[in-house]
Amino acid sequence: MIENRPIFTAVTHVVLFLGVLVVAFPIWLAFVASTYPVEGLVSGVLPLWPGDQFWENYGSALTGGVEAAGSPPVLLMMVNSMVMALAIATGKIAISIISAFAIVYFNFPFRVTAFWIIFITLMLPVEVRILPTYEVVANLGMLDSYAGLAVPLIASATATFLFRQFFLTVPDELLEAARIDGAGALRFFWDILLPLSRTNIAALFVILFIFGWNQYLWPLLVTTDESYYTIVMGIQRMVAVPDSEPLWHLIMATAILAMIPPVFVVVAMQRLFVKGLVETEK
Amino acid sequence: MQHKRVIFQGRALPYMLVLPQLVITLVFFIWPASQALYQSVLLQDPFGLGSNFVWFENFEDLFADPAYLASFQTTIVFSLGVTALSMVAALVLAAMADRVIRGATGYKTLLIWPYAVAPAVAGVLWWFMFNPSIGVLAYGLQGLGYDWNHYLKGGDAMILVIIAAAWKQVSYNFLFFLAGMQAIPKSLIEAAAIDGAGPVKRFWTIIFPLLSPTTFFLLVVNVVYAFFDTFGIIHATTSGGPAQATTILVFKVYNDGFVGLDLGGSAAQSVILMLIVIALTVMQFRYIERKVEY
Repeated sequence: MIENRPIFTAVTHVVLFLGVLVVAFPIWLAFVASTYPVEGLVSGVLPLWPGDQFWENYGSALTGGVEAAGSPPVLLMMVNSMVMALAIATGKIAISIISAFAIVYFNFPFRVTAFWIIFITLMLPVEVRILPTYEVVANLGMLDSYAGLAVPLIASATATFLFRQFFLTVPDELLEAARIDGAGALRFFWDILLPLSRTNIAALFVILFIFGWNQYLWPLLVTTDESYYTIVMGIQRMVAVPDSEPLWHLIMATAILAMIPPVFVVVAMQRLFVKGLVETEK
Repeated sequence: MQHKRVIFQGRALPYMLVLPQLVITLVFFIWPASQALYQSVLLQDPFGLGSNFVWFENFEDLFADPAYLASFQTTIVFSLGVTALSMVAALVLAAMADRVIRGATGYKTLLIWPYAVAPAVAGVLWWFMFNPSIGVLAYGLQGLGYDWNHYLKGGDAMILVIIAAAWKQVSYNFLFFLAGMQAIPKSLIEAAAIDGAGPVKRFWTIIFPLLSPTTFFLLVVNVVYAFFDTFGIIHATTSGGPAQATTILVFKVYNDGFVGLDLGGSAAQSVILMLIVIALTVMQFRYIERKVEY
């Protein structure tokens, strides 16, 4: 702080506090709503303090009392989301770290071509090639399967770039030393490069896990079988019930449950998260 | 292209290493994108029984279609709203957090976590708060004499999705603004303070101009976010309604293709969206070159 201005400092804290309140308010309300019986919500204005139905509502949401709300049990959807998010995160990291290794440490014909083909994926988000991608997945018989949920999303130019940039900063002497000691390419990759990339992998994993967990459009398209619904798209099914008022207390309980894993990852691994966020945008 | 001075020898190995990524890219990215290009010049009947080559008729139809032009306009209003709201809020919060000495980490933690909330979930939360019959905010607005109803009023629905999309994006912008501010040398700010510039003047004459690379970068990222990542918010809440008032381009591609089964038209829209992504990516890369000089 450069000068001492107590009033201005107080204003600073007030603004930040208001910011935190605005950010947290929707979540608080969702939590409050998820602790009331359904009659408590439709009969007028929502109270601002939690009710006493916490265990009942979350219990029935998790284990299947949400069929009336139009979706499978939340526990099942959370497992599906978890499988999809982990598959996307590990898959992306695995295939991009080996392709970055090949592009940096080898000189082979079509190296630059391969790099450009990977690069192009940056410009083709799922949203702009929805129909044809759906057709491909349908023709491969991958609808309603974990493979169909994860595999089409695991190509990643960003991760390949990140690893390429990192590998370029690894000193050549390490490779020379490894070669003198008789290590081959795979040995060098496994024993030297991979341990050196640990922080980068972890940071990327945090970002990709959130990316995978929050997928919406893709699971919506490729799943028609309720047992493959993910939680983020399942909420939409609950909101869009035809001809009746949505069961808000269960929807909000589901929303809270859908937020817990990614928010936990961000808060618990804040440093890795920030690192990953900054680096994937470079 | 840059690579190592010392490299490994090997013929088959490098191909096997790039193969998984190349196969996935070709099957799920390049092939579908080329299909979109191809279908965009065909006129297909919805049952897939036949198709005619029609040159650019699909594109001509699109640009003659008032609904498509309206959707373009909606997208522009939406992305300007989201970008402006989330960036201004994040800038204010970052400027404040940059001043704070005690508790800065705590504020940071409390402000960044909405990044982890899925767009669709964010949409549903605000949809619930603004619900005309039971929502707290709708009730508050009624107290102020405004009859909020996003089921009927297009303007209300648009404000709702803008707020929901911006709410989620504030945390991201906040992080980058804060990092940008903390990278500004303290000596510059101290020099200005010695010359008698107050906090507000220092912000506008020193901090804000020095932040311009960050601001420009965030501008592009936010527009990309508003264009492509907000599908979940729209689909889970307003579904493009009422009366197409919140039908942004990405939603229209989906809706025309999957619900309307207008394959050629949807493909033509995909091609236009690809061009927009390419333009935005090029802008982003030009910015990175500028940053290197800067």
